[in-house]
Amino acid sequence: MPRNKLPRKSTHIDMTAMCDVAFLLLTFFMLATKFKPDEPVIVKTPRSISAFPQPENSVLLTIDKTGKVFFSFDNTAAKKEMIKGMDEEKGLGLSEQAKLNFINGKTVGHPFGALETALTWDGSEGEISYPGIPNDTKSFAAENNELVFWVKSAMLWTQSIGQEVPRICIKADSQTPYPKIRAVITALTKNRINRINLLTSAQAIPPGTAAYEEAMAAAEK
Amino acid sequence: MAEIVENKGSRKKRKKNLTRVDLTPMVDLGFLLITFFMLTTYFNEPTTMEIIMPDTGDTDQPNELKAYTALTILLNEKNEVFYYQGLKQTAEVKQTSFKSNGGLRDVIIAHKKYVNDYKQDHVGENGVESDDEASILIKPNKNSNYDNLVNSLDEMEINQISTYVLVDITEQEQNLIAQAKN
Repeated sequence: MPRNKLPRKSTHIDMTAMCDVAFLLLTFFMLATKFKPDEPVIVKTPRSISAFPQPENSVLLTIDKTGKVFFSFDNTAAKKEMIKGMDEEKGLGLSEQAKLNFINGKTVGHPFGALETALTWDGSEGEISYPGIPNDTKSFAAENNELVFWVKSAMLWTQSIGQEVPRICIKADSQTPYPKIRAVITALTKNRINRINLLTSAQAIPPGTAAYEEAMAAAEK
Repeated sequence: MAEIVENKGSRKKRKKNLTRVDLTPMVDLGFLLITFFMLTTYFNEPTTMEIIMPDTGDTDQPNELKAYTALTILLNEKNEVFYYQGLKQTAEVKQTSFKSNGGLRDVIIAHKKYVNDYKQDHVGENGVESDDEASILIKPNKNSNYDNLVNSLDEMEINQISTYVLVDITEQEQNLIAQAKN
């Protein structure tokens, strides 16, 4: 039987299109990755077995080794209202640029008096020192205690734009002395903020313990 | 895109050479990087430990702690841990550590067992009820650090202690630590 001779075709596939897709995705993931917020201090958190993820749009209070407190908040929409409100209420005299820098994610680690200079600092003239937000241990009322004022403002202004009240997270260094931590926690509890999340890095549950058995039982289901 | 078609104007008789580049390895690399970025971003998510502090504005009398269920953990400098059972601050204070074997964890497990046994033997006497649970008081000394606090809170979770509280250390207890060290 005579066979029809099929024309020989090369089995090469043009990879150009696929390559395009791969790199498009790569670019997308690289750009969409939320980078670690610019932190003025290096904080090494202790480890724990807890696995609650950090609540979204939460207020983050960073406490460094020496006990300095820093404030950062991710909710851009709320921050816009917040800095405007704070500026008016406390008469901080912030420039538009300073406000914009705050909204775009600058961590705050200065008392109100130095806020304008700190927020407009562009990294040009050497290093800037961070004294931390003052946490007056004698008075925990929002009028006197700057840290409480920051936290309360964040909660108030998030609520004012119709969103859920943000959770408060504390990210402290392992080596921070306990009294510094206690001062921050007291400042929060005195203002009836009783649910606090402590940021930790994950660690495996040690086998043979009660938590391990529960995790095993849950995994089997 | 990646093809360069040779100039046809060239008169010289040459074998037509298409400069097509094989892009397969490049695609491989691209997807490898994508996978890498996707996986690493996921793992970097920080975890949190939730603590609920007692409400300070509450005027209600806090729940009375039953003496036999209580275990007090005292945190001291250099990661030292001391503990005593019961509520009497004259109790014998013993030293332990954060080691996973023979440390605080074993102390808590032993205490849980003690509370359970005691409960079974003495139910109905002196207010001992069948739903009593081991309760732990964590009292960090002024020279302890945050790591100690998180470690001991973590032990609560590891051993599933549902009743625990963070309290200030008393002077008497500071003296007890000093005595126990000698």
